[in-house]
Amino acid sequence: MIHFVLLISRQGKVRLTKWYSPYSQKERSKVIRELSGMILTRGPKLCNFVEWRGFKVVYKRYASLYFCMCINQEDNELEVLEIIHHYVEILDRYFGSVCELDLIFNFHKAYYILDEVLIAGELQESSKKTVARLVAAQDSLVEAAKEEAASISNIIAQATK
Amino acid sequence: MNPFSSGTRLRDMIRAIRACKTAAEERAVVRKECASIRAAVSDNENDYRHRNLAKLMFIHMLGYPTHFGQMECLKLIAAPGFPEKRIGYLGLMLLLDERQEVLMLVTNSLKQDLNHTNQYIVGLALCALGNISSAEMARDLAPEVERLLQFRDPNVRKKAALCSIRIIKKVPDLAENFVNPVASLLKEKHHGVLLTAIQLCADLCIISEEALEYFRKKCTEGLVKVLKDAVNSPYAPEYDISGIADPFLQIRLLRILRILGHGDADASDLMNDILAQVATKTESNKNAGNAILYECVETIMSIEDSGGLRVLAINILGRFLSNRDNNIRYVALNMLMKAISVDGQAVQRHRATILECVKDSDASIRKRALELVYLLVNESNVKPLTKELIDYLEVSDHDFKGDLTAKICSIVEKLSPEKIWYIDQMLKVLCEAGNYVKDEVWHALIVVITNASNLHGYTVRSLYRAIQTSGDQEVVVRVAVWCIGEYGDLLVNNIGMLDLEEPMTVTENDAVDAIEIASKRHTSDLTTRAMCLVALLKLSSRFPSCSQKVKDIVTQSKGSLLLELQQRSIEFDSIIEKHQNLRSALVERMPVVDEATYSGRRAGSLPDVSTSQGNPLQLPNGVPKTVDAPLLDLLDLSADESAPPTSSGGSFLHDLLGDDILSSSSQSGTILPQKSGTDVLLDLLSTGSPPAQNGSSTADILSISQDNDKTTGNALNSLSSPVVTSAQSSLTMDLLDGFGPNPTMPKDNGPTYPPLVAFESSSLSLVFKFSKIPGSPQITQIEANFTNKSSEVYSDFIFQAAVPKFLQLHLEPASSNTLPGNGNGSITQKLRVTNNQHGKKSLIMRIRISYKLNNKDMLEEGQISNFSRDL
Repeated sequence: MIHFVLLISRQGKVRLTKWYSPYSQKERSKVIRELSGMILTRGPKLCNFVEWRGFKVVYKRYASLYFCMCINQEDNELEVLEIIHHYVEILDRYFGSVCELDLIFNFHKAYYILDEVLIAGELQESSKKTVARLVAAQDSLVEAAKEEAASISNIIAQATK
Repeated sequence: MNPFSSGTRLRDMIRAIRACKTAAEERAVVRKECASIRAAVSDNENDYRHRNLAKLMFIHMLGYPTHFGQMECLKLIAAPGFPEKRIGYLGLMLLLDERQEVLMLVTNSLKQDLNHTNQYIVGLALCALGNISSAEMARDLAPEVERLLQFRDPNVRKKAALCSIRIIKKVPDLAENFVNPVASLLKEKHHGVLLTAIQLCADLCIISEEALEYFRKKCTEGLVKVLKDAVNSPYAPEYDISGIADPFLQIRLLRILRILGHGDADASDLMNDILAQVATKTESNKNAGNAILYECVETIMSIEDSGGLRVLAINILGRFLSNRDNNIRYVALNMLMKAISVDGQAVQRHRATILECVKDSDASIRKRALELVYLLVNESNVKPLTKELIDYLEVSDHDFKGDLTAKICSIVEKLSPEKIWYIDQMLKVLCEAGNYVKDEVWHALIVVITNASNLHGYTVRSLYRAIQTSGDQEVVVRVAVWCIGEYGDLLVNNIGMLDLEEPMTVTENDAVDAIEIASKRHTSDLTTRAMCLVALLKLSSRFPSCSQKVKDIVTQSKGSLLLELQQRSIEFDSIIEKHQNLRSALVERMPVVDEATYSGRRAGSLPDVSTSQGNPLQLPNGVPKTVDAPLLDLLDLSADESAPPTSSGGSFLHDLLGDDILSSSSQSGTILPQKSGTDVLLDLLSTGSPPAQNGSSTADILSISQDNDKTTGNALNSLSSPVVTSAQSSLTMDLLDGFGPNPTMPKDNGPTYPPLVAFESSSLSLVFKFSKIPGSPQITQIEANFTNKSSEVYSDFIFQAAVPKFLQLHLEPASSNTLPGNGNGSITQKLRVTNNQHGKKSLIMRIRISYKLNNKDMLEEGQISNFSRDL
């Protein structure tokens, strides 16, 4: 099971956090501090796993961002690397060659996508296409509601002229 | 006004925050934003709720408090539209966690949304429930989720399956409801549904033995077929990862087969073929393929034996281990640990490679490899492996030294073939990384040294050399100081030379100098310095010619601001000066601690708390101290009294000896609270303070000694004979006179007190009878009387008591440790309580009675606070 997902920039800024196990706010910031200290200092050629508090944290660096997932000792580390890559590829398709700025300004989108990939710390969908389709369908629901609201406010505006 | 035009403003805020140059600027921006959001919240403004929550989430990610936004999430979730719900649920998952009360309020909205006609809203609710559900919510909403497992759209079914995992983890009782729906989900073709159903199935099997049996019978064959199809499926771009069809699905299938095959030969048989196929056919040049192989190896190791498959698996691991990719090597080491129990020989073959990994530049790999080496060490390879590890200790980096040292020490302690090797290896470790060694390790080393009587000379000479070169390692210094104090004569006279030793000349002066240097080293802490003083006292007796020099050194600490050092130096000084005749008896060699008992105690096989503190054994050593800290701690009455071991100088010696080495004689007395028995003795000896004041303590010591006569005869003799033979010393005579009358003192003088039922249960009663010594109203003598009301015999009966700081308690030995049943006899035990606040505070006591009933340990505890006020 994945206990949490963290996206940390090379400067140690948090870009996304998702907690599937209960951690209080205080613990969360402590975890982030500890892990960014451990992970950001590791050299490029080293393996992608660090052992931490009896868990393992699998991380992978993409450009300026570190994607980290914390798993149990007995989980398959190599698979988690694949899950990270799976998520990154979906982000990449969604944003069209994703960069850190996309994830800063559209952080909620990154969360929506993650929610289509993982639930309860388990993988939900292995098809990138399906995830993309589901996110797009929900985005269009939002767009439709926006347009509807806009047209209603237009009608109201005209009626009250 | 358009509520969805808010996107720009969120952007603006993020821009403003990113533009901040300093943390203070950022805080100011955030503060301003939070203020306006708070205002909007209190105005219950609808239009920007959506946008405000998005902003709050961003602020939350930066680490600022955002609790005031929690209710906004609930309002958005309760709104009818999809966009509001979407952001509301996101906020809920981000800003709240399952332990917050607010979460309960959302249960109703969740229930409605789980029944919504829009499948995406159902999906949002399932996602939120799966990520943050509490046990209560899981219980309330389980029926909805169960129903959604049969929803028409597969994307809802897969979410419901994962949500069910959360539910059964929170409320395992609900597991059985999910067994049947999962069995039908496992037959589906949709990968998402399969993936999640298999995961749910695995969790059900872990929680419920019945579910495991059910799935093993009904689904093993089907799952094997699914895996076959997945492995042999033609290219499908949707699921392809570097040429492998849906590795995620394959990995999950391998995992569920592992669970089903574990411990069941029939199920294991069914999956043999496909496992062999996966193990041989999967491409291993990409990570996805290796992930599958890794999972496959683990499954092969766990299911029932099939020799051929295991060879295949070990070969895969061998290939992994020699891979250049660090990730692959890491998982190989990880898996080899599990493989040891299956095929130790095969793993041993890779020993050289594994040892190389201990020296890898990657900390994660080093750690894994070290754990593995630790498991690989056995009697036949302990010497070369330890040598490798110790050699590496010299060059390893600091972060790793702690782990490495602990493992080496553990290997040496566990597997050392002979004592001289043990001592040699430990000395090497101490010299190299002494500062990383835990206290119990060097304590154990000293125990081993004391037991190796033929190596005393060799050891003390090696240590003497070691502190010349590695004096910066505190622990080396401590062990060396201790040994030079004990065996200084062997050092100087080169006694017990081994063939391999080079002769060296050390004069008595050199030995004293070495200790002086150690005590004056600025890095030496209190414990080391205190140990130095004890060693000096011993040397003053071993080398009479250096007595004056030692006295000069000891005198220098008389003005120490550290109480422990000051007290010791004053006491030792007067021993050297005034009590030559007692000195040699006081500083005799430490009695040998039984190694088996000591290691047993370390392993925790003896209880931490023991009524026996082994006082008599410590007396001959110069500076014993009765530290009853464990008992006090446990009973939690006067916790602040138990000084940390390093600050109380006596306690380390006490530790060395093993403070409950005598626990076989558990009936000896306990002095509570910690009053240093020997400090009192030394006071008596040196200052000759009025016996009336200290008489009782001396009496304590002597009476305890006598009680332990049988078990500790030897140690006791060495103690008591000098005291008795030197009884000509008028001082000692005084002492003996001083407390002599005490025991004969008539006890029925003074006021009488009614007996008190201190403890009463259906099986046991305890009655206290009180008496006072005339002239000392603060002292109460208590006679405790235990009666067994059941029909069974209680054996190993132990009574313990603890009192707060203002009281002092002395427990005499009990009349017996067996309590016959049916009230056919009783145990009596005398207690003496000294109330330092007599008249102001009344007695209070916490008690604990342990005994064995039909070989079962029983424990009774209680507090007695209804003592008569004038006691």
